[in-house]
Amino acid sequence: MQIIDAADLDYRAVNEALREAESDFIIEGCCGQRFIAAGISGKNLTINGIPGNALGAYLNNANITVNANAQDAVGDTMNEGKILIHGNIGDAAGYAMRGGKIYVQGSAGYRAGIHMKAYKEKIPVMIIGGCAGSFLGEYQAGGVIIVLGLHKDGRRIVGNFPCTGMHGGKMFLRGSCEDIHFPKQVTAKCAAADELEEIREYLSEYCLDFGYSMDELLSEPFTIITPDSKNPYKQMYVAN
Amino acid sequence: MGIEFIYPEFEVIRNKSRCISCRVCERQCANEVHSCDEKLKIMKCDDSKCVNCQRCVSFCPTKALKIVKSDCTLRENANWPAQTVKEIYKQANSGGVLLSSMGNPKPLPVYWDKILINASQVTNPSIDPLREPMETRVFLGKKPSKVQRSKEGKLNCTLPPQLELSMPVMFSAMSYGSISYNAHKSLALAAAELGILYNTGEGGLHEDFYCYGENTVVQVASGRFGVHADYLQAGAAIEIKIGQGAKPGIGGHLPGEKIVGDISRTRMIPEGSDAISPAPHHDIYSIEDLRQLVFSLKEATEYKKPVIVKVAAVHNIAAIASGIARSGADIIAIDGFRGGTGAAPTRIRDHVGIPIELALAAVDQRLRDEGIRSNVSLVVGGSIRSAADVIKAIALGADACYVATAALLALGCHLCRTCQSGKCNWGIATQRPELVKRLNPAMGSERLIHLMTAWKHEIKEFMGGMGINSIEALRGNRLMLRGIGLTEKELEILGISHAGE
Repeated sequence: MQIIDAADLDYRAVNEALREAESDFIIEGCCGQRFIAAGISGKNLTINGIPGNALGAYLNNANITVNANAQDAVGDTMNEGKILIHGNIGDAAGYAMRGGKIYVQGSAGYRAGIHMKAYKEKIPVMIIGGCAGSFLGEYQAGGVIIVLGLHKDGRRIVGNFPCTGMHGGKMFLRGSCEDIHFPKQVTAKCAAADELEEIREYLSEYCLDFGYSMDELLSEPFTIITPDSKNPYKQMYVAN
Repeated sequence: MGIEFIYPEFEVIRNKSRCISCRVCERQCANEVHSCDEKLKIMKCDDSKCVNCQRCVSFCPTKALKIVKSDCTLRENANWPAQTVKEIYKQANSGGVLLSSMGNPKPLPVYWDKILINASQVTNPSIDPLREPMETRVFLGKKPSKVQRSKEGKLNCTLPPQLELSMPVMFSAMSYGSISYNAHKSLALAAAELGILYNTGEGGLHEDFYCYGENTVVQVASGRFGVHADYLQAGAAIEIKIGQGAKPGIGGHLPGEKIVGDISRTRMIPEGSDAISPAPHHDIYSIEDLRQLVFSLKEATEYKKPVIVKVAAVHNIAAIASGIARSGADIIAIDGFRGGTGAAPTRIRDHVGIPIELALAAVDQRLRDEGIRSNVSLVVGGSIRSAADVIKAIALGADACYVATAALLALGCHLCRTCQSGKCNWGIATQRPELVKRLNPAMGSERLIHLMTAWKHEIKEFMGGMGINSIEALRGNRLMLRGIGLTEKELEILGISHAGE
């Protein structure tokens, strides 16, 4: 396994080394370098240390494992691949992601999964193990966002204004979510068995990745949130 | 009918002595204005559906048709023009936000028309462009501020990435979705032939057009539709769209009914789902955040492509541009308040933003004052209507101009301003297959090439007249401009003298 020592490299040098690296490698001593693996494809990398903003932006079918926290804009506009974070992540993770998976063991900041998309069988998936900040899934247009609320220490599973402007995709929040206020244009209800079945594959993969058991995850009911309309602003205009 | 009735804006006048009931008008009108009374063998029309796009007029073989503005008027009132009253009726009827298309039609000042261009007489003689070489090529991108040499004294010739244009004009952003496949193809073919660039807009790039990548600017907007690594690699430059002159400060909604087939696939959203571009980029709240997006795009494309940041011309545009110039962007595109759109709220289109002439002058001066003008190239748009406007823009400080409305006019647009309906009879702002095929890309691109070739000739004539043989020597050369009928303040902002001075 090739090792890139990032201790004395800036982000540009890290990415240059990464582009030239073998398909499987480890970045050691990562300390806030931004844009790691932006737009790359066909690689498997493990990051030790904390990567900076925009990790895996425009990621094009690569696998990234981070053995620590990550910062803002993880998987920005990601297309394919998988990002695994053994820690927490900052704001705006998975902005406009259109495919691939972001699995986070800990919690996420504001605006996770904002404007996620989907097209036919290409469905992006984001799973947040802990809690999510405000504006989760704002303008969500497709894909699946799952928040598990594990180790939430009495906090609400999601902050304020989740699903604002949501017009596609699905969101699953573990628990009954009675303390969460959802906007008018979405429907939140207890997920039925067939709806949970849709995410079973993702959850079991998540369990394997982080060492949880399915029984533990399924010990509580899930709330599923879906938009009422694909065209939330249809009636808003008159031709002039 | 009754209280909700608004008398049709236009009347279709048919010269019965010329009409041969051939029904061409009926077939050509997607708005279904014309119909044929089979029994009486005469053509009828429903004026209320007419948008005055002139399609039937253009195709009537006997010139039997004309469209006129209705003379059925409300009682005249200078404070309450008919348009204002009708807008109130529409809103009272529907509760809707007024939605319009194309650029601001209000009679606000057009500064281009109040600026005059210089010519040489006797001294510094003019140049005849028909006999002498004239350089209209421009290079857009960051320019080094000083000459650098290696230790051995060799010149460092590595430049930041540049765009080469054969003339200082590009086709500005119009998304696949707002305009048709054939309209995009016309623009792409023409740009490739002319040695300039067209711009995908925010709807992604159809796979058929990747082959025109060298002549393509790929856009990244707040909705990030169709943005992925291959798309970023495909273009010659990447444009981050922050704002648009027709609707500064607000986002865009392409309605679900236009998200069909290839459009859905290109944008990567399900068919029938609204394509919503939020007003802000949700990860940009500062120049530092903008810098992060600029550099994430540069990293993803290995610093091979210039990054353009496009903003609408608004009040503090000079300070905003200064920030953008420091964000790492290579090119700033500024869109004036008269810029077109496929759909924008009427009130926003007509009341928000400032004229591009003033914005350009203010930005160029500010960047010069701060010593960072060479950090970026400036591209301006928002109703550049002719070669004269291009010359004036260059002399005010632009490196190049963005044109879109003029390009659409070349493709057949008659400025009926109902793009939002999706029923464009000219095959431009529509996704209906039977309408799209009316625009032949080979003919469309030929007309665009004609237009730009003509502009290029005119640009050379202007340059020759001024005794300038390279367009680069005209950039920011405001001594070549004079104002006419402008106030002291306007002249001060434009940085030009009054005619006669």
